[in-house]
Amino acid sequence: MNPADLFQTATELMADYAELLDADRLEEWLDLFTEDATYDVVPRENVEQGLAVSLMVCANKAQLRDRITALRQANEYNLHYDCHLVSGVRARATDEGIVQVSANYAVFQTNLEGQSRLFSVGRYQDCARVVGSRLLLCKKRVIVDTFSVPTLLATPL
Amino acid sequence: MKQEMSDLSAIRVDWPRLDYSRIPFWLYHDPEVYRQEQERIFKGKCWSYVALEAELPNPGDFRTTYVGETPVIVARTDGGDLAAMVNRCAHRGAIVRREPRGNAREHTCIYHRWCYGQDGSLTGVPFRRGVKGKGGMGPDFRLEDHGLQKLRVASHSGAIFVTFSHQTEPLEQYLGPVFTKHLSRIFNRPLRVLGYQRQRIAGNWKLYLENQRDTYHGSLLHEFQSTFGTSRATQSGGVTMDDSRRHNLSYARAGTDNDQEFKALYKENKVHESKLRLEDPSMVRNIREFDDGISLAICGLFPNATIHQISNSLGTRQLRTFGPDEFELYWTLFGYEDDSPEMTQHRLSQANMVGPAGLISMEDGEAIEITHRATKSEPRTACSVLEMGGAGPIMNLEHRVNDIAVRGFWSGYARMMGFAPEGAEQ
Repeated sequence: MNPADLFQTATELMADYAELLDADRLEEWLDLFTEDATYDVVPRENVEQGLAVSLMVCANKAQLRDRITALRQANEYNLHYDCHLVSGVRARATDEGIVQVSANYAVFQTNLEGQSRLFSVGRYQDCARVVGSRLLLCKKRVIVDTFSVPTLLATPL
Repeated sequence: MKQEMSDLSAIRVDWPRLDYSRIPFWLYHDPEVYRQEQERIFKGKCWSYVALEAELPNPGDFRTTYVGETPVIVARTDGGDLAAMVNRCAHRGAIVRREPRGNAREHTCIYHRWCYGQDGSLTGVPFRRGVKGKGGMGPDFRLEDHGLQKLRVASHSGAIFVTFSHQTEPLEQYLGPVFTKHLSRIFNRPLRVLGYQRQRIAGNWKLYLENQRDTYHGSLLHEFQSTFGTSRATQSGGVTMDDSRRHNLSYARAGTDNDQEFKALYKENKVHESKLRLEDPSMVRNIREFDDGISLAICGLFPNATIHQISNSLGTRQLRTFGPDEFELYWTLFGYEDDSPEMTQHRLSQANMVGPAGLISMEDGEAIEITHRATKSEPRTACSVLEMGGAGPIMNLEHRVNDIAVRGFWSGYARMMGFAPEGAEQ
Protein backbone atom coordinates (compact mmCIF):
# COMPACT_ATOMS: atom_id res chain seq x y z
CA MET A 1 0.00 0.00 0.00
CA ASN A 2 1.27 3.46 -0.82
CA PRO A 3 1.43 5.94 2.09
CA ALA A 4 -1.72 7.81 1.05
CA ASP A 5 -3.77 4.60 0.83
CA LEU A 6 -2.30 3.37 4.08
CA PHE A 7 -3.29 6.57 5.85
CA GLN A 8 -6.77 6.42 4.37
CA THR A 9 -7.26 2.78 5.40
CA ALA A 10 -5.98 3.39 8.93
CA THR A 11 -8.23 6.43 9.31
CA GLU A 12 -11.22 4.36 8.23
CA LEU A 13 -10.31 1.65 10.72
CA MET A 14 -10.26 4.26 13.50
CA ALA A 15 -13.59 5.69 12.31
CA ASP A 16 -15.17 2.22 12.27
CA TYR A 17 -13.77 1.56 15.72
CA ALA A 18 -15.26 4.75 17.18
CA GLU A 19 -18.58 4.39 15.40
CA LEU A 20 -19.18 0.81 16.55
CA LEU A 21 -18.30 1.59 20.17
CA ASP A 22 -20.47 4.71 20.26
CA ALA A 23 -23.39 2.86 18.69
CA ASP A 24 -23.04 0.08 21.32
CA ARG A 25 -22.46 -2.43 18.49
CA LEU A 26 -19.82 -4.17 20.58
CA GLU A 27 -20.19 -7.58 18.96
CA GLU A 28 -19.44 -6.01 15.55
CA TRP A 29 -16.64 -3.98 17.14
CA LEU A 30 -15.00 -7.32 18.01
CA ASP A 31 -14.81 -8.07 14.28
CA LEU A 32 -12.22 -5.29 13.93
CA PHE A 33 -9.68 -7.49 15.77
CA THR A 34 -7.61 -10.43 14.53
CA GLU A 35 -7.99 -13.74 16.42
CA ASP A 36 -4.59 -13.28 18.09
CA ALA A 37 -5.26 -9.66 19.03
CA THR A 38 -4.34 -8.20 22.40
CA TYR A 39 -6.27 -5.37 24.06
CA ASP A 40 -4.86 -3.25 26.86
CA VAL A 41 -6.04 -0.08 28.63
CA VAL A 42 -3.19 1.23 30.72
CA PRO A 43 -2.85 4.29 32.99
CA ARG A 44 -0.24 6.74 31.75
CA GLU A 45 1.32 6.90 35.23
CA ASN A 46 2.10 3.17 35.01
CA VAL A 47 3.59 3.46 31.52
CA GLU A 48 5.89 6.23 32.73
CA GLN A 49 7.12 4.11 35.64
CA GLY A 50 7.53 0.96 33.56
CA LEU A 51 4.78 -0.76 35.57
CA ALA A 52 2.59 -3.34 33.91
CA VAL A 53 -0.80 -2.99 35.63
CA SER A 54 -3.68 -2.24 33.27
CA LEU A 55 -7.27 -1.18 33.80
CA MET A 56 -8.41 -3.77 31.29
CA VAL A 57 -6.18 -6.39 29.70
CA CYS A 58 -7.06 -9.14 27.25
CA ALA A 59 -4.27 -11.42 26.09
CA ASN A 60 -6.31 -12.83 23.20
CA LYS A 61 -9.58 -12.30 21.39
CA ALA A 62 -11.38 -14.91 23.53
CA GLN A 63 -10.69 -12.77 26.59
CA LEU A 64 -11.89 -9.69 24.72
CA ARG A 65 -15.13 -11.50 23.84
CA ASP A 66 -15.42 -12.50 27.53
CA ARG A 67 -15.16 -8.81 28.52
CA ILE A 68 -18.07 -7.97 26.24
CA THR A 69 -20.08 -11.00 27.40
CA ALA A 70 -19.57 -9.98 31.06
CA LEU A 71 -20.61 -6.42 30.21
CA ARG A 72 -23.76 -7.63 28.51
CA GLN A 73 -24.72 -10.28 31.08
CA ALA A 74 -23.20 -9.57 34.48
CA ASN A 75 -21.85 -6.09 35.06
CA GLU A 76 -23.83 -3.11 36.30
CA TYR A 77 -22.56 0.33 35.35
CA ASN A 78 -23.59 3.93 34.83
CA LEU A 79 -26.06 4.09 31.96
CA HIS A 80 -24.61 6.37 29.34
CA TYR A 81 -23.80 7.16 25.73
CA ASP A 82 -20.20 7.37 24.57
CA CYS A 83 -18.85 9.76 21.95
CA HIS A 84 -15.32 9.11 20.71
CA LEU A 85 -13.37 11.82 18.93
CA VAL A 86 -10.25 10.42 17.27
CA SER A 87 -7.72 12.70 15.67
CA GLY A 88 -4.14 12.94 14.52
CA VAL A 89 -4.12 9.47 12.98
CA ARG A 90 -0.69 8.29 11.86
CA ALA A 91 0.09 5.03 10.07
CA ARG A 92 3.48 3.52 9.35
CA ALA A 93 4.13 0.20 7.63
CA THR A 94 6.92 -1.95 9.07
CA ASP A 95 8.97 -4.60 7.31
CA GLU A 96 7.13 -7.37 9.14
CA GLY A 97 3.81 -6.57 7.46
CA ILE A 98 2.52 -4.81 10.55
CA VAL A 99 1.05 -1.32 10.32
CA GLN A 100 1.66 0.86 13.35
CA VAL A 101 -1.32 3.12 13.89
CA SER A 102 -1.45 5.87 16.48
CA ALA A 103 -3.96 8.61 17.28
CA ASN A 104 -5.23 10.80 20.08
CA TYR A 105 -8.69 10.11 21.45
CA ALA A 106 -11.23 11.90 23.61
CA VAL A 107 -14.33 10.18 24.94
CA PHE A 108 -17.28 12.27 26.07
CA GLN A 109 -19.88 10.51 28.16
CA THR A 110 -23.52 11.59 28.28
CA ASN A 111 -25.89 10.31 30.92
CA LEU A 112 -29.54 9.54 30.31
CA GLU A 113 -30.49 13.00 31.63
CA GLY A 114 -28.60 14.52 28.71
CA GLN A 115 -25.61 15.83 30.65
CA SER A 116 -22.22 15.36 28.98
CA ARG A 117 -18.77 15.29 30.52
CA LEU A 118 -15.26 14.67 29.28
CA PHE A 119 -14.70 11.09 30.44
CA SER A 120 -11.29 10.17 29.10
CA VAL A 121 -8.47 11.48 26.95
CA GLY A 122 -5.35 9.68 25.86
CA ARG A 123 -3.59 8.01 23.01
CA TYR A 124 -3.98 4.88 20.92
CA GLN A 125 -0.78 3.02 20.09
CA ASP A 126 -1.93 0.15 17.93
CA CYS A 127 -0.74 -2.44 15.47
CA ALA A 128 -2.81 -3.63 12.55
CA ARG A 129 -2.49 -6.23 9.81
CA VAL A 130 -3.97 -6.52 6.36
CA VAL A 131 -6.36 -9.49 6.35
CA GLY A 132 -8.00 -9.98 2.98
CA SER A 133 -9.19 -6.55 1.88
CA ARG A 134 -9.34 -5.14 5.42
CA LEU A 135 -6.99 -3.72 7.97
CA LEU A 136 -7.62 -5.40 11.34
CA LEU A 137 -6.23 -4.60 14.79
CA CYS A 138 -3.77 -7.15 16.15
CA LYS A 139 -2.77 -4.98 19.12
CA LYS A 140 -4.81 -2.24 20.72
CA ARG A 141 -3.06 -0.26 23.42
CA VAL A 142 -4.95 2.62 25.01
CA ILE A 143 -2.76 4.89 27.12
CA VAL A 144 -5.06 6.81 29.42
CA ASP A 145 -4.12 10.34 30.47
CA THR A 146 -7.30 10.54 32.57
CA PHE A 147 -6.01 7.78 34.80
CA SER A 148 -8.06 8.90 37.78
CA VAL A 149 -11.10 7.31 36.15
CA PRO A 150 -14.36 9.16 36.83
CA THR A 151 -17.02 6.83 38.30
CA LEU A 152 -15.99 3.62 36.52
CA LEU A 153 -14.87 2.21 33.19
CA ALA A 154 -17.23 -0.37 31.72
CA THR A 155 -17.40 0.10 27.96
CA PRO A 156 -14.09 -0.23 26.11
CA LEU A 157 -12.19 2.93 25.19
CA MET B 1 1.83 18.03 65.59
CA LYS B 2 1.55 21.65 66.66
CA GLN B 3 -2.17 21.79 66.08
CA GLU B 4 -4.37 19.69 68.28
CA MET B 5 -8.07 19.57 67.73
CA SER B 6 -9.39 23.12 67.52
CA ASP B 7 -12.68 24.18 69.04
CA LEU B 8 -15.25 21.98 67.44
CA SER B 9 -18.71 22.23 68.86
CA ALA B 10 -20.37 18.84 68.79
CA ILE B 11 -22.84 18.28 66.00
CA ARG B 12 -26.30 17.27 67.10
CA VAL B 13 -27.55 14.03 65.58
CA ASP B 14 -30.99 12.61 66.39
CA TRP B 15 -30.34 8.90 66.17
CA PRO B 16 -33.65 7.05 65.84
CA ARG B 17 -32.09 3.91 67.33
CA LEU B 18 -29.16 3.18 69.60
CA ASP B 19 -27.86 0.19 67.61
CA TYR B 20 -27.01 2.12 64.41
CA SER B 21 -29.58 0.20 62.43
CA ARG B 22 -30.85 3.59 61.17
CA ILE B 23 -28.39 6.07 59.68
CA PRO B 24 -29.59 9.59 58.84
CA PHE B 25 -28.79 10.35 55.20
CA TRP B 26 -27.80 13.96 55.89
CA LEU B 27 -24.56 12.74 57.49
CA TYR B 28 -23.26 12.03 53.95
CA HIS B 29 -23.93 15.56 52.73
CA ASP B 30 -23.51 18.10 55.52
CA PRO B 31 -20.49 20.42 54.99
CA GLU B 32 -19.97 20.89 58.74
CA VAL B 33 -19.88 17.11 59.28
CA TYR B 34 -17.26 16.91 56.52
CA ARG B 35 -15.20 19.74 58.06
CA GLN B 36 -15.23 18.09 61.47
CA GLU B 37 -14.30 14.70 59.94
CA GLN B 38 -11.12 16.27 58.63
CA GLU B 39 -10.27 17.57 62.12
CA ARG B 40 -11.53 14.80 64.37
CA ILE B 41 -10.67 11.80 62.16
CA PHE B 42 -8.10 12.47 59.44
CA LYS B 43 -6.17 15.00 61.56
CA GLY B 44 -7.33 13.41 64.79
CA LYS B 45 -6.36 10.35 66.77
CA CYS B 46 -6.21 7.96 63.80
CA TRP B 47 -3.44 6.27 61.85
CA SER B 48 -3.95 6.75 58.10
CA TYR B 49 -2.33 4.47 55.53
CA VAL B 50 -0.07 6.41 53.12
CA ALA B 51 2.26 4.06 51.23
CA LEU B 52 4.20 0.80 51.22
CA GLU B 53 7.84 0.69 52.25
CA ALA B 54 8.44 -1.11 48.95
CA GLU B 55 7.58 2.19 47.24
CA LEU B 56 10.34 4.03 49.15
CA PRO B 57 13.28 1.63 48.93
CA ASN B 58 16.13 4.17 48.74
CA PRO B 59 17.31 7.10 50.86
CA GLY B 60 15.78 10.29 49.46
CA ASP B 61 12.79 8.54 47.89
CA PHE B 62 9.54 10.44 48.38
CA ARG B 63 5.91 10.18 47.36
CA THR B 64 3.19 12.78 47.58
CA THR B 65 -0.15 11.64 48.86
CA TYR B 66 -3.17 12.77 50.87
CA VAL B 67 -4.54 12.19 54.33
CA GLY B 68 -8.22 13.02 54.00
CA GLU B 69 -7.86 16.08 51.80
CA THR B 70 -4.56 17.31 53.25
CA PRO B 71 -1.57 16.98 50.90
CA VAL B 72 1.25 15.02 52.51
CA ILE B 73 4.83 14.05 51.61
CA VAL B 74 6.10 10.68 52.81
CA ALA B 75 9.82 10.11 52.43
CA ARG B 76 12.83 8.04 53.36
CA THR B 77 15.65 10.19 54.71
CA ASP B 78 19.34 9.66 54.00
CA GLY B 79 19.51 8.10 57.46
CA GLY B 80 17.02 5.45 56.31
CA ASP B 81 14.17 6.64 58.53
CA LEU B 82 10.66 7.30 57.32
CA ALA B 83 9.38 10.88 57.54
CA ALA B 84 6.05 12.49 56.75
CA MET B 85 4.97 16.11 56.61
CA VAL B 86 2.18 18.27 55.32
CA ASN B 87 2.98 19.27 51.74
CA ARG B 88 2.24 22.95 52.24
CA CYS B 89 4.86 25.65 52.47
CA ALA B 90 5.16 27.30 55.89
CA HIS B 91 5.58 30.67 54.16
CA ARG B 92 2.52 31.25 51.98
CA GLY B 93 0.87 27.86 51.92
CA ALA B 94 1.82 26.68 48.43
CA ILE B 95 2.24 23.02 47.55
CA VAL B 96 5.97 22.35 48.02
CA ARG B 97 6.46 19.05 46.22
CA ARG B 98 4.30 18.84 43.09
CA GLU B 99 5.59 15.60 41.57
CA PRO B 100 3.85 12.35 42.52
CA ARG B 101 7.16 10.65 43.36
CA GLY B 102 10.91 11.04 43.09
CA ASN B 103 14.20 11.15 44.93
CA ALA B 104 15.53 14.34 46.48
CA ARG B 105 17.86 15.66 49.16
CA GLU B 106 15.58 18.62 49.79
CA HIS B 107 12.15 19.94 48.96
CA THR B 108 12.01 23.53 47.67
CA CYS B 109 8.88 25.61 47.20
CA ILE B 110 8.92 27.25 43.75
CA TYR B 111 7.17 30.40 44.93
CA HIS B 112 9.90 32.01 47.09
CA ARG B 113 12.34 29.07 47.16
CA TRP B 114 11.95 28.24 50.82
CA CYS B 115 13.88 25.05 51.19
CA TYR B 116 13.14 22.07 53.44
CA GLY B 117 15.15 19.01 54.35
CA GLN B 118 14.01 15.43 53.84
CA ASP B 119 12.21 15.47 57.20
CA GLY B 120 10.45 18.79 56.53
CA SER B 121 12.75 21.04 58.61
CA LEU B 122 13.24 24.48 57.10
CA THR B 123 16.86 24.77 55.99
CA GLY B 124 16.97 27.98 53.98
CA VAL B 125 15.08 31.17 53.13
CA PRO B 126 16.34 33.37 50.24
CA PHE B 127 17.25 36.96 51.16
CA ARG B 128 16.93 36.11 54.83
CA ARG B 129 19.67 38.69 55.56
CA GLY B 130 18.22 41.18 53.10
CA VAL B 131 19.62 42.67 49.88
CA LYS B 132 22.63 45.00 50.10
CA GLY B 133 22.10 45.35 53.81
CA LYS B 134 18.43 46.24 53.53
CA GLY B 135 15.35 44.21 54.38
CA GLY B 136 15.47 40.52 55.16
CA MET B 137 13.69 38.66 57.90
CA GLY B 138 13.41 40.16 61.37
CA PRO B 139 16.00 39.29 64.02
CA ASP B 140 13.58 36.97 65.82
CA PHE B 141 12.93 34.79 62.76
CA ARG B 142 14.17 31.27 63.49
CA LEU B 143 14.28 28.54 60.82
CA GLU B 144 13.34 25.89 63.37
CA ASP B 145 9.99 27.60 64.02
CA HIS B 146 8.87 27.35 60.40
CA GLY B 147 9.28 23.82 59.12
CA LEU B 148 6.61 21.85 57.30
CA GLN B 149 4.12 20.39 59.76
CA LYS B 150 5.62 17.03 60.72
CA LEU B 151 3.51 13.95 61.23
CA ARG B 152 4.19 10.84 63.28
CA VAL B 153 5.08 7.87 61.05
CA ALA B 154 4.99 4.16 61.83
CA SER B 155 5.04 1.07 59.70
CA HIS B 156 3.83 -2.45 60.25
CA SER B 157 5.05 -5.27 57.97
CA GLY B 158 6.03 -2.64 55.40
CA ALA B 159 2.74 -0.71 55.36
CA ILE B 160 3.29 2.94 56.32
CA PHE B 161 0.82 4.92 58.41
CA VAL B 162 0.84 8.51 59.68
CA THR B 163 -1.01 10.43 62.34
CA PHE B 164 -1.36 14.17 63.02
CA SER B 165 -1.93 13.73 66.76
CA HIS B 166 0.64 13.02 69.44
CA GLN B 167 -2.19 11.48 71.45
CA THR B 168 -2.86 8.61 69.04
CA GLU B 169 -2.01 5.26 70.61
CA PRO B 170 0.91 3.29 69.09
CA LEU B 171 0.09 1.83 65.65
CA GLU B 172 -0.02 -1.83 66.77
CA GLN B 173 -2.45 -0.93 69.53
CA TYR B 174 -4.56 1.15 67.13
CA LEU B 175 -4.80 -1.75 64.67
CA GLY B 176 -5.34 -4.39 67.34
CA PRO B 177 -4.21 -8.02 67.25
CA VAL B 178 -6.51 -9.26 64.47
CA PHE B 179 -5.38 -6.59 62.04
CA THR B 180 -1.67 -6.57 62.85
CA LYS B 181 -1.83 -10.32 62.25
CA HIS B 182 -3.67 -9.85 58.98
CA LEU B 183 -1.09 -7.32 57.77
CA SER B 184 1.72 -9.72 58.71
CA ARG B 185 -0.14 -12.44 56.79
CA ILE B 186 -0.50 -10.54 53.54
CA PHE B 187 2.81 -8.63 53.74
CA ASN B 188 4.68 -11.77 54.71
CA ARG B 189 7.74 -11.30 52.44
CA PRO B 190 9.28 -8.62 50.21
CA LEU B 191 6.74 -7.06 47.89
CA ARG B 192 6.95 -6.02 44.27
CA VAL B 193 4.63 -3.19 43.27
CA LEU B 194 3.00 -4.04 39.93
CA GLY B 195 1.21 -0.76 39.31
CA TYR B 196 -1.60 1.60 40.11
CA GLN B 197 -5.25 2.19 39.35
CA ARG B 198 -7.29 5.22 40.36
CA GLN B 199 -10.96 5.95 40.50
CA ARG B 200 -12.84 9.19 41.33
CA ILE B 201 -16.29 8.67 42.69
CA ALA B 202 -18.90 11.43 43.04
CA GLY B 203 -20.10 10.38 46.46
CA ASN B 204 -19.37 10.76 50.15
CA TRP B 205 -16.34 8.87 51.40
CA LYS B 206 -18.30 7.09 54.14
CA LEU B 207 -20.36 5.33 51.47
CA TYR B 208 -17.17 3.55 50.45
CA LEU B 209 -16.25 2.58 54.00
CA GLU B 210 -19.74 1.13 54.36
CA ASN B 211 -19.41 -0.62 51.00
CA GLN B 212 -16.16 -2.31 52.09
CA ARG B 213 -17.81 -3.50 55.30
CA ASP B 214 -21.04 -4.61 53.63
CA THR B 215 -20.82 -8.33 52.95
CA TYR B 216 -24.47 -8.43 51.93
CA HIS B 217 -23.99 -6.72 48.57
CA GLY B 218 -20.97 -8.68 47.35
CA SER B 219 -22.61 -11.61 45.66
CA LEU B 220 -25.73 -9.65 44.67
CA LEU B 221 -24.33 -6.52 43.01
CA HIS B 222 -21.23 -8.22 41.64
CA GLU B 223 -22.69 -11.06 39.59
CA PHE B 224 -19.36 -11.89 38.01
CA GLN B 225 -17.85 -12.78 41.36
CA SER B 226 -20.65 -15.05 42.50
CA THR B 227 -20.83 -16.75 39.10
CA PHE B 228 -17.17 -17.70 39.20
CA GLY B 229 -17.03 -18.48 42.91
CA THR B 230 -14.75 -15.58 43.88
CA SER B 231 -17.27 -14.70 46.58
CA ARG B 232 -20.60 -16.34 47.33
CA ALA B 233 -22.90 -16.26 50.33
CA THR B 234 -22.74 -20.07 50.42
CA GLN B 235 -18.99 -20.20 51.08
CA SER B 236 -17.54 -20.51 54.57
CA GLY B 237 -16.29 -17.22 55.90
CA GLY B 238 -17.17 -14.44 58.29
CA VAL B 239 -16.86 -10.91 59.53
CA THR B 240 -14.40 -9.80 62.21
CA MET B 241 -14.05 -6.34 63.77
CA ASP B 242 -11.63 -4.89 66.29
CA ASP B 243 -12.86 -3.89 69.74
CA SER B 244 -13.32 -0.28 68.66
CA ARG B 245 -15.42 -1.49 65.65
CA ARG B 246 -13.45 0.77 63.35
CA HIS B 247 -11.62 -1.90 61.39
CA ASN B 248 -13.16 -4.81 59.59
CA LEU B 249 -12.13 -8.06 57.96
CA SER B 250 -14.48 -10.07 55.81
CA TYR B 251 -13.21 -13.32 54.44
CA ALA B 252 -14.28 -16.39 52.47
CA ARG B 253 -12.84 -19.66 51.33
CA ALA B 254 -13.29 -20.73 47.71
CA GLY B 255 -14.28 -24.34 47.19
CA THR B 256 -16.25 -24.65 50.45
CA ASP B 257 -19.61 -24.68 48.66
CA ASN B 258 -20.75 -26.27 45.43
CA ASP B 259 -22.25 -24.93 42.24
CA GLN B 260 -25.62 -26.65 42.71
CA GLU B 261 -26.08 -25.23 46.21
CA PHE B 262 -25.14 -21.75 44.99
CA LYS B 263 -27.40 -21.84 41.94
CA ALA B 264 -30.39 -23.14 43.88
CA LEU B 265 -30.07 -20.45 46.59
CA TYR B 266 -29.69 -17.53 44.18
CA LYS B 267 -32.54 -18.81 42.01
CA GLU B 268 -34.81 -19.30 45.03
CA ASN B 269 -34.08 -15.69 46.07
CA LYS B 270 -34.80 -14.49 42.53
CA VAL B 271 -31.35 -12.89 42.34
CA HIS B 272 -29.91 -14.10 39.10
CA GLU B 273 -29.63 -17.21 37.10
CA SER B 274 -26.29 -16.57 35.53
CA LYS B 275 -25.73 -17.92 32.06
CA LEU B 276 -22.34 -16.26 31.90
CA ARG B 277 -19.61 -18.53 30.56
CA LEU B 278 -16.05 -17.55 29.81
CA GLU B 279 -14.28 -18.73 26.69
CA ASP B 280 -10.97 -18.29 28.47
CA PRO B 281 -11.45 -18.92 32.20
CA SER B 282 -7.73 -18.76 33.03
CA MET B 283 -8.20 -15.35 34.63
CA VAL B 284 -10.62 -16.51 37.33
CA ARG B 285 -8.43 -19.39 38.48
CA ASN B 286 -7.55 -19.23 42.18
CA ILE B 287 -4.02 -20.41 42.94
CA ARG B 288 -3.96 -21.25 46.63
CA GLU B 289 -1.20 -19.28 48.34
CA PHE B 290 -2.19 -18.96 52.00
CA ASP B 291 -2.24 -21.89 54.44
CA ASP B 292 -5.51 -20.79 56.03
CA GLY B 293 -7.36 -21.49 52.77
CA ILE B 294 -8.80 -17.97 52.69
CA SER B 295 -9.21 -16.91 49.05
CA LEU B 296 -10.99 -13.62 49.60
CA ALA B 297 -10.07 -11.16 52.33
CA ILE B 298 -11.26 -7.57 52.34
CA CYS B 299 -9.67 -5.74 55.23
CA GLY B 300 -10.89 -2.23 56.00
CA LEU B 301 -8.55 -0.17 58.16
CA PHE B 302 -10.21 2.96 59.49
CA PRO B 303 -10.19 5.66 58.25
CA ASN B 304 -8.69 5.38 54.78
CA ALA B 305 -7.43 1.95 53.73
CA THR B 306 -8.60 -1.32 52.31
CA ILE B 307 -6.20 -4.20 51.87
CA HIS B 308 -7.59 -6.75 49.45
CA GLN B 309 -6.86 -10.33 48.53
CA ILE B 310 -9.22 -11.38 45.78
CA SER B 311 -7.98 -14.76 44.60
CA ASN B 312 -4.44 -13.83 43.55
CA SER B 313 -5.01 -10.12 43.14
CA LEU B 314 -3.37 -8.35 46.06
CA GLY B 315 -3.68 -4.64 46.62
CA THR B 316 -4.09 -1.68 48.88
CA ARG B 317 -6.69 0.99 48.30
CA GLN B 318 -6.10 4.38 49.81
CA LEU B 319 -9.08 6.70 50.04
CA ARG B 320 -8.62 10.46 49.63
CA THR B 321 -11.50 12.85 50.29
CA PHE B 322 -12.20 15.89 48.11
CA GLY B 323 -15.19 17.51 49.79
CA PRO B 324 -18.38 15.79 51.00
CA ASP B 325 -19.31 14.87 47.42
CA GLU B 326 -16.14 13.31 46.02
CA PHE B 327 -13.35 10.90 46.85
CA GLU B 328 -10.54 9.16 45.03
CA LEU B 329 -9.47 5.55 45.42
CA TYR B 330 -5.78 4.92 44.83
CA TRP B 331 -5.18 1.22 44.21
CA THR B 332 -1.65 -0.16 44.57
CA LEU B 333 -1.46 -3.67 43.13
CA PHE B 334 1.42 -5.86 44.19
CA GLY B 335 2.88 -9.33 44.23
CA TYR B 336 5.99 -10.72 45.90
CA GLU B 337 9.59 -10.37 44.83
CA ASP B 338 9.88 -14.16 44.64
CA ASP B 339 6.82 -14.61 42.39
CA SER B 340 7.46 -16.72 39.30
CA PRO B 341 6.95 -14.94 35.96
CA GLU B 342 3.76 -17.02 35.53
CA MET B 343 2.42 -15.87 38.90
CA THR B 344 3.18 -12.23 38.04
CA GLN B 345 1.31 -12.69 34.74
CA HIS B 346 -1.61 -14.24 36.60
CA ARG B 347 -1.76 -11.34 39.06
CA LEU B 348 -1.65 -8.86 36.14
CA SER B 349 -4.45 -10.76 34.44
CA GLN B 350 -6.50 -10.63 37.65
CA ALA B 351 -6.09 -6.83 37.66
CA ASN B 352 -9.05 -7.13 35.28
CA MET B 353 -11.22 -8.02 38.26
CA VAL B 354 -10.39 -4.99 40.43
CA GLY B 355 -10.20 -1.20 40.13
CA PRO B 356 -12.46 1.17 38.20
CA ALA B 357 -12.87 -1.30 35.30
CA GLY B 358 -12.85 -4.36 37.56
CA LEU B 359 -15.20 -7.13 36.51
CA ILE B 360 -16.12 -7.60 40.18
CA SER B 361 -15.67 -4.07 41.47
CA MET B 362 -16.79 -1.56 38.85
CA GLU B 363 -20.35 -1.73 40.19
CA ASP B 364 -19.35 -0.10 43.48
CA GLY B 365 -18.70 3.24 41.75
CA GLU B 366 -22.22 3.28 40.36
CA ALA B 367 -23.87 2.01 43.59
CA ILE B 368 -22.21 4.79 45.59
CA GLU B 369 -23.04 7.55 43.12
CA ILE B 370 -26.73 6.62 42.86
CA THR B 371 -26.98 6.45 46.67
CA HIS B 372 -25.28 9.82 47.04
CA ARG B 373 -27.49 11.47 44.41
CA ALA B 374 -30.79 10.20 45.73
CA THR B 375 -30.14 10.93 49.42
CA LYS B 376 -29.04 14.54 48.93
CA SER B 377 -32.45 16.16 49.14
CA GLU B 378 -33.85 13.98 51.90
CA PRO B 379 -35.16 15.51 55.16
CA ARG B 380 -33.14 15.05 58.35
CA THR B 381 -35.43 12.28 59.52
CA ALA B 382 -34.77 10.04 56.48
CA CYS B 383 -32.52 7.05 57.25
CA SER B 384 -31.07 3.91 55.75
CA VAL B 385 -32.16 0.54 57.19
CA LEU B 386 -29.43 -1.79 58.42
CA GLU B 387 -30.97 -4.94 59.81
CA MET B 388 -29.61 -7.82 57.76
CA GLY B 389 -28.06 -10.28 60.19
CA GLY B 390 -30.23 -8.80 62.94
CA ALA B 391 -30.39 -5.48 64.79
CA GLY B 392 -29.28 -4.97 68.41
CA PRO B 393 -25.84 -5.98 69.70
CA ILE B 394 -22.86 -5.53 67.35
CA MET B 395 -20.72 -8.66 67.25
CA ASN B 396 -18.43 -10.72 65.05
CA LEU B 397 -20.28 -13.24 62.90
CA GLU B 398 -19.39 -16.52 61.24
CA HIS B 399 -21.53 -15.82 58.20
CA ARG B 400 -21.39 -13.24 55.48
CA VAL B 401 -24.84 -11.98 54.58
CA ASN B 402 -25.18 -9.16 57.09
CA ASP B 403 -24.92 -5.45 57.82
CA ILE B 404 -23.11 -5.97 61.12
CA ALA B 405 -19.78 -4.39 60.21
CA VAL B 406 -21.55 -1.40 58.66
CA ARG B 407 -23.26 -0.80 62.01
CA GLY B 408 -19.91 -1.39 63.69
CA PHE B 409 -18.35 1.28 61.50
CA TRP B 410 -21.00 3.79 62.53
CA SER B 411 -20.49 3.06 66.22
CA GLY B 412 -16.73 3.69 65.97
CA TYR B 413 -17.24 6.72 63.73
CA ALA B 414 -19.91 8.32 65.92
CA ARG B 415 -17.68 8.04 68.98
CA MET B 416 -14.80 9.74 67.17
CA MET B 417 -17.12 12.48 65.96
CA GLY B 418 -18.38 13.08 69.49
CA PHE B 419 -22.01 12.44 68.60
CA ALA B 420 -22.60 8.86 69.71
CA PRO B 421 -25.91 8.73 71.58
CA GLU B 422 -25.93 7.79 75.23
CA GLY B 423 -26.40 4.06 75.75
CA ALA B 424 -25.47 3.24 72.15
CA GLU B 425 -24.41 -0.26 71.11
CA GLN B 426 -20.65 -0.54 70.72
